[in-house]
Amino acid sequence: MSLEILGISVLWTFLFGYVMLGSIDFGAGFFNAYSILTGKDHILSKVIQRYLSPVWEVTNVFFVFFFVGIVGFFPKTAFYFGTVLLVPGSIALILMAIRGSYYAFESYGSKGHKGYAFIYGVAGLLIPASLSVVLAIAQGGFVSIEDGSPVLDYMGLFTSPLSWSIVVLALVAVLYISSVFLTWYADKAEDKEATELMRKYALIWAVPLIIAASGIIYELRFHNEAFFNSIMNLWWMFAISFILWGLTVWFIWKRKNYSATVWMLVGQFAFAFYAYGIAHYPHLLYPHLTIHEGFTNPAMAISLVIAFVLGLALLIPSIYLLLKLFLFDKDYIQGIKKKE
Amino acid sequence: MLFDDPVFASRMLTMLTLSFHIIYATVGVGIPLMIMIAQWIGIKRNDEHYILMARRWARGFVVTVAVGVVTGTIIGLQLSLLWPNFMELAGNIIALPLFMEVFAFFFEAIFLGIYLYTGDRFKNPKKHFLLLIPVAIGGGMSAVFITMVNSFMNAPQGFDIVDGMFTNANPILAMFNLAAPTKISHVLATAYMTSAFILASIAAFKLLKGSNHAYHKKALYMTMKIGLVFAIAAALIGDFSAKYLAEYQPEKLAAAEWHFETERGAPLLFLGILDEDQEPKYAIQVPYALSILSFGSPTAEVIGLNDFPEEERPPLEIHYYFDLMVTIGMFMIVISFIYWFGARRKYPFVQSNWFRWILVLGGPLSMVAIEAGWWLAEVGRQPWILKGIMTVSEGATSSNHVGLMFILFAILYFILGVGTIVVLRKIFINNPIEKELETISSKQGGGED
Repeated sequence: MSLEILGISVLWTFLFGYVMLGSIDFGAGFFNAYSILTGKDHILSKVIQRYLSPVWEVTNVFFVFFFVGIVGFFPKTAFYFGTVLLVPGSIALILMAIRGSYYAFESYGSKGHKGYAFIYGVAGLLIPASLSVVLAIAQGGFVSIEDGSPVLDYMGLFTSPLSWSIVVLALVAVLYISSVFLTWYADKAEDKEATELMRKYALIWAVPLIIAASGIIYELRFHNEAFFNSIMNLWWMFAISFILWGLTVWFIWKRKNYSATVWMLVGQFAFAFYAYGIAHYPHLLYPHLTIHEGFTNPAMAISLVIAFVLGLALLIPSIYLLLKLFLFDKDYIQGIKKKE
Repeated sequence: MLFDDPVFASRMLTMLTLSFHIIYATVGVGIPLMIMIAQWIGIKRNDEHYILMARRWARGFVVTVAVGVVTGTIIGLQLSLLWPNFMELAGNIIALPLFMEVFAFFFEAIFLGIYLYTGDRFKNPKKHFLLLIPVAIGGGMSAVFITMVNSFMNAPQGFDIVDGMFTNANPILAMFNLAAPTKISHVLATAYMTSAFILASIAAFKLLKGSNHAYHKKALYMTMKIGLVFAIAAALIGDFSAKYLAEYQPEKLAAAEWHFETERGAPLLFLGILDEDQEPKYAIQVPYALSILSFGSPTAEVIGLNDFPEEERPPLEIHYYFDLMVTIGMFMIVISFIYWFGARRKYPFVQSNWFRWILVLGGPLSMVAIEAGWWLAEVGRQPWILKGIMTVSEGATSSNHVGLMFILFAILYFILGVGTIVVLRKIFINNPIEKELETISSKQGGGED
């Protein structure tokens, strides 16, 4: 495997991690706010709070990892994406700042402050919408080069059905991923009421998810034919993803084996996400930048890879400890205090 | 200006973000060490007050960490959004420490999360203490790596330029550039110093407001002592920084000192103004001091600003940033020494209101010194973004929307700043130390929680 493929695979994996963890996180924040509005917070808030508390900063780091890593491995992305993303990127940053701080303000400072919970719930839902625009830009057609600098066609982007389909998919995916995950989490906490409510949300968002995803592929056909064709060549990956989606829904419908369901959910999104990424290869930004042109020098690439491996050696045990204490510790999830 | 010049707007927005972020970053690096020391003393002396100090500080700390995380994310991405040409070039050489910084921060975030939510899960407080070590190390290492990137901008090395292209990249050499040792140690020492003095400010303020609790006295004494040690360290390292500048970035030092003509036995100018002919007026002159500061010898020759082409001279306003930083630093050494000495000798003035008000001022003043120091560092590098290689205007974005983004971010920082103050006040006003101690003693023997 060449270094640039290794680099982009690592980065894509981190982005996948961010998409999954972020979706759970943002969706949970939204359901929390929604439950407060509809007076159902006594059912949901406890379970959601217990999950969210220790992990949100970790989620955020996945995102930082991705954008620092991509500038490291592919410095030219800073030039192309940096210039065109000024406005959408800044909006996403502002939303993330509001979301992160108000989450902290509510959970460490003013517990149960409804205004704060509402702010971070809504901001969280808008983040994936604003970030997903990058995918629309990357598949081409909205960036032209004027006087040697890339320029973004805001009107084109804003009026394109494709970019709106991507935004809709991002929103629906957030709600679907987090409701499936929280169904499992609530079930593990042996909280019947919360499990049932989250199960209902998961079933509600399952069908819109598939419609939105198919909509994007349909739109791509008119927008970027080469990309559409390479997606079609990977039809089998999308088919596996679709089957996993069907199984997830079926298990949730039957109220069976929620932990297997979560793994199928991860599998479903992994297949779709990697298929999308592979189809995008070798382009970072259609048609201006490929991973081969944009790649850094070998010395930097090798040192980044070494740093990455050493970093993982440090991080994986730490993350394992975190998960063990908070995600797989039944007493913690159920809110039982104990001494070790 | 802000709306029709992307270069100026990018500079302003970067200044705004950094000036706001540095407050949280400084505290984020320094406070974990204070929490660690307090918890350690608490365990050693079996003194509940210190354990509580650690817990209360940690409770406030997480709020500042959250804002530090999000503003850190902002500056991380803004580097590419506002300076795409610079990042494209620099990414080839200096991406490594940037990447490692994320790891260090990741490490800190994980263990801080665990520390906060496990206070009641360990019977043995020493185990809980151990969780603080990775938090403090992670915070310190983040500062080390990110400062390496900044020092690289001042002293780029680790590559060759052939036909305008970077070749022979050596990321390790770039990381360990000449500016790195003094800059990193100065950043660390001042972060610890400032964090200690901020915690001291809070304790002094509580004592002023009528609480005469031993808890606050212990906190004040401990933090002032730590602050004194790091203030002295910061001054010594600052002296090395000046010697580094004199040798490798003489134009920065010359601009900061308003030193125009190259000469031996150069005097140091303090404050003053420049008249129409760019002649310093009303400044306090200390003979030979600049030569001593620069090379450790009163007769050493110091290069003046007139030896540099006009377009490469940094703005002369940095003289005031330098003076502000150094004055506050010296003032804090004197004040904390007087406090420490007076407290040992039990002089009554140490407990007087006027002296405590000075201590209250110490924290905010130290933060002002941090800001002044960074303005000196960044404005003093002008016109370069990468010294000698790329200017700020070559590095900036070509987008026309930076001015609008400046306004949006200004509003955001205002909201976050006010939010931090409101929430921190709420946490501690509703739960003063007296009340928390009562709850604990009423639980008697119920362990830590």
